[in-house]
Formats: sequence, structure tokens, C-alpha cells
Amino acid sequence: MTNYELVVIGASAGGMNALKEILSNLDRDFAYPIVAVQHVAPDSENYLVEYLDEYSNLNVREASEKQRILPYHVYFAPPNYHLLVEEDKTFSLTVSEKVNYSRPSIDVSFETAALAYKERIIGILLTGASQDGAKGMQMLHTLKGMTIVQDPRTASVPVMPQAAINLVSVDYKLPLEEIAPFLNTLSRTHAGRKEQEG
Amino acid sequence: MINNQDLAQENISIEIKLLLEAIYLKYGHDFRNYSQAHLKRRILHRLMLSNINSISEMQYKVLHEPEFMQEILTDFSINVTEMFRDPAFYLTMRKDVLPVLQTYPYIKIWHAGCSTGEEVYSMAILLEEEGLLDKTLIYATDNNETVLKVAKKAEYTTDNLKNYQKNYEKSGGKGKLSDYYEEKGSIIKFDPRFRKRIVFSEHNLVTDNVFTEVHMIICRNVLIYFNRRLQNRVIKLFHDSLMEEGILGIGSKESVDYSRFGDAFEHINKNRKIYIKKSSIDE
Repeated sequence: MTNYELVVIGASAGGMNALKEILSNLDRDFAYPIVAVQHVAPDSENYLVEYLDEYSNLNVREASEKQRILPYHVYFAPPNYHLLVEEDKTFSLTVSEKVNYSRPSIDVSFETAALAYKERIIGILLTGASQDGAKGMQMLHTLKGMTIVQDPRTASVPVMPQAAINLVSVDYKLPLEEIAPFLNTLSRTHAGRKEQEG
Repeated sequence: MINNQDLAQENISIEIKLLLEAIYLKYGHDFRNYSQAHLKRRILHRLMLSNINSISEMQYKVLHEPEFMQEILTDFSINVTEMFRDPAFYLTMRKDVLPVLQTYPYIKIWHAGCSTGEEVYSMAILLEEEGLLDKTLIYATDNNETVLKVAKKAEYTTDNLKNYQKNYEKSGGKGKLSDYYEEKGSIIKFDPRFRKRIVFSEHNLVTDNVFTEVHMIICRNVLIYFNRRLQNRVIKLFHDSLMEEGILGIGSKESVDYSRFGDAFEHINKNRKIYIKKSSIDE
């Protein structure tokens, strides 16, 4: 069984509620750091981060460049920057061209995270009206990471998860409310295994 | 097109290191201390678009075809900019920084990594409105001569004009942005009085040294592309180039706090990432 080390989540239209549902239901000792990209306006003050921090057991923060990626944290891409994951498990930021009309773009974070973490990563694509994230899911899949999409039927806007399903044979298609319990189970197994090893 | 197995292997990291070394040895462009994820992404995209099968093959092509090197350079560089980008930065400049600079008999500003120049003209307009342009000289540098050519012309398309006007207003603009340019068809050209106060030239932050001593340095969204080591080098370079109590303005997600020279600067405005030079660095 794979030892996962990172979760990446992408969301667009309708993402605030979907992210709240997931982040508020994850265990306090959830084992994997989370990198999240929510499409926001370039001049947004990123109130989203503070809002979700209130509801989550984990530390929800805006990612900073060169920051080390640690467990018990959820790192959000800052508005108007792409968030990239480095091989040494730190972040970098760029203001390069928009991808899929978006900066931050989900594809940019997913692709770089996949290249850095290879098979030790879980990618989750949620509600949205964009095509962003589909190529990122493809890269995750290619590198043997786990791919999960929100079941489009439970998404407030189904376009984005559907685009990923059309491009990749994803590993799991889960209703929104089942995503956090599923992740918790993986994380607890991980913790149990660590104890046995330790 | 790169195959999937190659993607999964450690080989691509090794190949990228070798490619960057080859580029440096052959052409002197030093990307070895850039953040890797961005370069890697651009390299892989170039591979997907071309009929090259591996990064090693790409290295061969780079060494033997200077035209191909130009394509790679374009891939690597980021020249996304706009007038009055992050208007709040310019508002703080106007309210908190220019009143300090105003006390000097003349003002020298270095804008490092000026790209196509939109932000340089923005600063010039700000200086004009605060009555400081005539005693100011702006040195605007970039390591890419193609973007400098654009900057020197002071001409831009009207595509983003609405956004620029909005930014200008949010930056505390005192008139109308259109007061400062002439519009001809789909092109705007800034008034020559701005161009006269700006000296554009090539300078590479990675390989070149102190440019000149100045009262203020603006360098926004350049440091984020560098690794810590290179950031330290550049921040020291800025420190050495600033007069006592000189001002440093960087990008809103950049910081000098975690560099080796964090103690040498003090915040003027934490949110806007504007610093004042405190004292000399102990060598």
C-alpha cells in the first residue's frame, strides 16, 4: 500500500462550501499536508482562508514562497499567483501567464505537486465551471498518484469534475460528504502503520 | 514527446540540472539557482510541443542550435506586468514613501527587473503628480533586451487600458491616466517627459554587481523565481546599492525577513512589502 504524503485539492465555482464540508470534517491529527487551490479574483483579500480556518481542525493558511510543507496544515494559493510545489517539499510562487484563464491555476499546482511527490499524492477535484484541473489530474494519474473527483451530480457546478472524468479514468468518484471520511480512513491507516513500524 | 516512464523517474531532475549547466556554460545565462518547479514545468511543456523525446536530447539541441536557445529563454522568462500593478503598493508609495524622498535635492531610483516598463511609467506618473519627476532619475534594468526594447518605446496596446485606468484610480491618481499618453488607434504612447527621466539598460541580477547607488530600489516579483541562496545574493546587492535609509520595494508575496540580511532592513509598511535600509551588513 502506498504511503501518501500530500493531498492536493482544486475548486472553482461553488468551491467555498465544498471546501468547508471537507476541511471541517477532517481529523485533528489528519496525517497529510493539504495544498488547496480555489479560483479567486486577483484583488481578493483571501478572506476564504480565515473563514475556513475557523471551521477546520487543521491550520488553514495562505502559502508563502519557500515555505516548508508540513502536516496539520492546509495551504491555499494566494490570489493572483500560481502556487508551485518543489521537489524539496517547499512552495514557490509565480506570476506567469494565466492558465485556463486562471491565476492561481489548479493545473499548475497539481502538475508540479505530482512531479515532486510522484505516487505519494492524492488529488481531489471539486465543483467548478472551469476546465482547470483536468490536465493536472492526468499528470497525477500518469505518475500513479490517487485521483478523486467530486461526483458531478453532487457538485454545485459539475463542469470541472466532469472535464477530469472525460480526460482521465479517475480512481474514485465520490459524493461531497464522503470525501472527508474517505480521507480520514486513509490517514488513520497511515497513522496505524507508522505506529507498527515505529 | 516525453514518455510517461521517464516522467516518473529521478532522471528528469538530473537531466534538468545538466541542461541548466549546459545553458550556463554555453551561453552564460545562469538559471541554476532559480526555483526548479517553474523551469521544470516550462521544459516539460516545450517537450510536449516538440518532437524531442527527452531532456537530454533537448540539451543537445540547445548546445547546437542558438535559435532553439532563444525559444527556451522565452519559455523561462516571465514578463507578465501591468500599469500600477497592486494599486495599494503605489498608494503607499504616494502617501508614505515619496514624502520621505522629497527631502532629497535629487532622487535616484533603480527599478530592477522592469520587464516591458509598465510599472516604470507608473512610478514616473506618480512622481510627476507629487511634483518630484524633474529632480528624479529612474534607472530601469532587465536582463532581457527584447523586453527593454518595448519599454524604451513607451508604447502599449489599448487591450488592458480599462484595467490600467482602474488601477491608476485605486493608486490615488490625481487626474486621469489619459492625461499622460497620446492614443493612436490601438496604441497609447506615454508623453516624452517621462521617457526623459528614465535610463533603460541591461543588468542581470544573477551575474552582475552593484549597478549604482540609489535612494530607492523597486524590484517586484523577481525574487520569487530565485532559490534562497540567490535571493540572499540579490538582497545583499540591493543593500549595497542603497544609500543609508534608502527604500526597498518588493512584491507583495516576497520578503527579506527570512534572508541572511533580514536584520538590515526595517518595514515601512508590512503589507506592502516596503522596507528602509537600517545599517551596513557585518561581513
